[in-house]
Amino acid sequence: MLETILFYLFAFITVASGVGVVMSRNIVRGCMMFLASLVGVAGLYFLLHAEFLAATQLVIYVGGTLILIIFGVMLTSRSLATHDEPHGREVGAAVLIGLVLAVSLCWAIGRRFADIRPASGTAEGYPTVVLGQALTGDFLLPFELVSVVLLVVMIGAAYLAKGRLHESQGGA
Amino acid sequence: MILADITPTLLQRLLFGAVPGPLVNVLYSLALIATVYTAGIGMIALLGIYAERKVAGHIQSRFGPNRVGPIGLLQSIADGIKLITKEDLRPAAADRVLFVLAPYLAFAPVFASFLAIPFAPDAVFESHLSVGIFWILAILSMEVIGIILAGWASNSKWSLYGGMRQACQMVCFEIPLGLSIIVGVMAAGTLDLIVLGHRQGGGLHTWLIFANPFMPLAFLAYFVASLASNKRAPFDLPESESELVAGYHTEYSGLRFSFFYFAEYAAMFVVAAIQVAMFLGAWNDPLGLFGFYYAHFKAQDNLAALLIMNGIGMAIFIGKVMILIFVQMWIRWTLPRPRIDQVLYASIKVLLPMTCLLLLGAALWGLMISGMPGQPWSPVPGLPDQAFNPWRWGHWRTTGTVGALVTQSVLAAMGAVFFLLIIGYIARAWWTGRSVRQRLTEPEPIPD
Repeated sequence: MLETILFYLFAFITVASGVGVVMSRNIVRGCMMFLASLVGVAGLYFLLHAEFLAATQLVIYVGGTLILIIFGVMLTSRSLATHDEPHGREVGAAVLIGLVLAVSLCWAIGRRFADIRPASGTAEGYPTVVLGQALTGDFLLPFELVSVVLLVVMIGAAYLAKGRLHESQGGA
Repeated sequence: MILADITPTLLQRLLFGAVPGPLVNVLYSLALIATVYTAGIGMIALLGIYAERKVAGHIQSRFGPNRVGPIGLLQSIADGIKLITKEDLRPAAADRVLFVLAPYLAFAPVFASFLAIPFAPDAVFESHLSVGIFWILAILSMEVIGIILAGWASNSKWSLYGGMRQACQMVCFEIPLGLSIIVGVMAAGTLDLIVLGHRQGGGLHTWLIFANPFMPLAFLAYFVASLASNKRAPFDLPESESELVAGYHTEYSGLRFSFFYFAEYAAMFVVAAIQVAMFLGAWNDPLGLFGFYYAHFKAQDNLAALLIMNGIGMAIFIGKVMILIFVQMWIRWTLPRPRIDQVLYASIKVLLPMTCLLLLGAALWGLMISGMPGQPWSPVPGLPDQAFNPWRWGHWRTTGTVGALVTQSVLAAMGAVFFLLIIGYIARAWWTGRSVRQRLTEPEPIPD
């Protein structure tokens, strides 16, 4: 019973914050609603006894992606009172696409996961050892490919930042 | 489940006779949070602020606060009353909601990270958290958002620069922070802080800081990275008082300002607690008596004795944490403050390669040298079931690890020689009044 209450609480936080991200006028407030949404998802992972995944969600999404987004938003927005209002046709198109997406997703997920139950309260968390063995055993190739992709991203970012510096300094 | 077991089960058994059902559990947990948890963290912050001012005073050859209370002990309470009754200012051009939200966003992660701190084997707020240390790292990385938000929402250039500097610094130092913790986790074999504490129960030589030649360096790397991540000590650029007015909390006054300060001092405690739990033996004494007697009483299921042992464990743990907090304050009032590019240089060009090499070395060490001594004297949940006593030579022979014994002895001899050399160098410098280098180089001629 407690798990059900907590599930509804975290699900409400996640969904309401997601709606808040889309509907908020001020973009920085949208980022804060995004934070609440990510924390709600981490709570849901905790309810599924995936503790490592929940902590990873907090580190990567909140401590990485969200900070990146906030930096981008804060360094490029011109003033605090930046409002973005959608106009007539945009609203119509957005509502139509959103309805189509929502109906198809609900139908597909409802068919597939019609009879799932919440994770039992007494189950132990998934041991991290098994996760590590899977990552370095069965899933070693995807693991290495992901690290190569991250390396490419880092090199690209460093190259882009350095190039711009040289241009602006003019051969100093 | 993280909320259903937020309370020490030993105390529950004492109060209710057995572990109670979920609803009573939740109510009991909420009561515990409202009283012990919040009051404890508040007390830690208050005493931390008082200790900081006293330590700062004595390092600067003056008394700290000594008028309010016996030795100035009530100074923090007086400060708290002042801050609460101060006028609550809010800049007119600041974003109303975000300006109010930022202190809470900065304080809440630190508040949540106290869940996993192992004060004693049974005195931890969440005892089923199998990813204890990762949880603390994850939730402390959320503190950056509160700082950035405070800097930006104040709509003032001092705050903005302070917030951006802080975010840059914290994010850069998260990498060496995480990598040095991984070195410790590799030496320990588990993320669970309770198991880590039990594992260090065999005496001083079982403390994880001696498990590896890379562990002392990992401890130092973590210490420096945690100072920067906590915007403490020489890395307090975000609140550099002489340059940025007050950095990201310039526009905050009264109770909101005190939230930032509480967050800082509570985070100091959390970071020192991680260092003690991971490297310095958690709640164990250097002789290993605690681990022995705890296992003894646990086998007998003697509740009263276990409670007393938990109390002793908590006292030992908090004592070690206080020593580390004192070292943090000592460093703050001794070292000057580097520039932001020097700080980032230290992170990316010094600490990051160092921790990567430590990680590589610790991984190779674990693979090549088997049968490491350092197991506790009694079986521990989550670790192999045999108890290993390194003082009994038969154990080395029966587990087939003579090679490890030889390597360990050689390394210990090298370490002892190195240590004696350093002591000799310092002693000679003190004795002669000049360093060895000064004795070997010619003195410069005095210009006419």
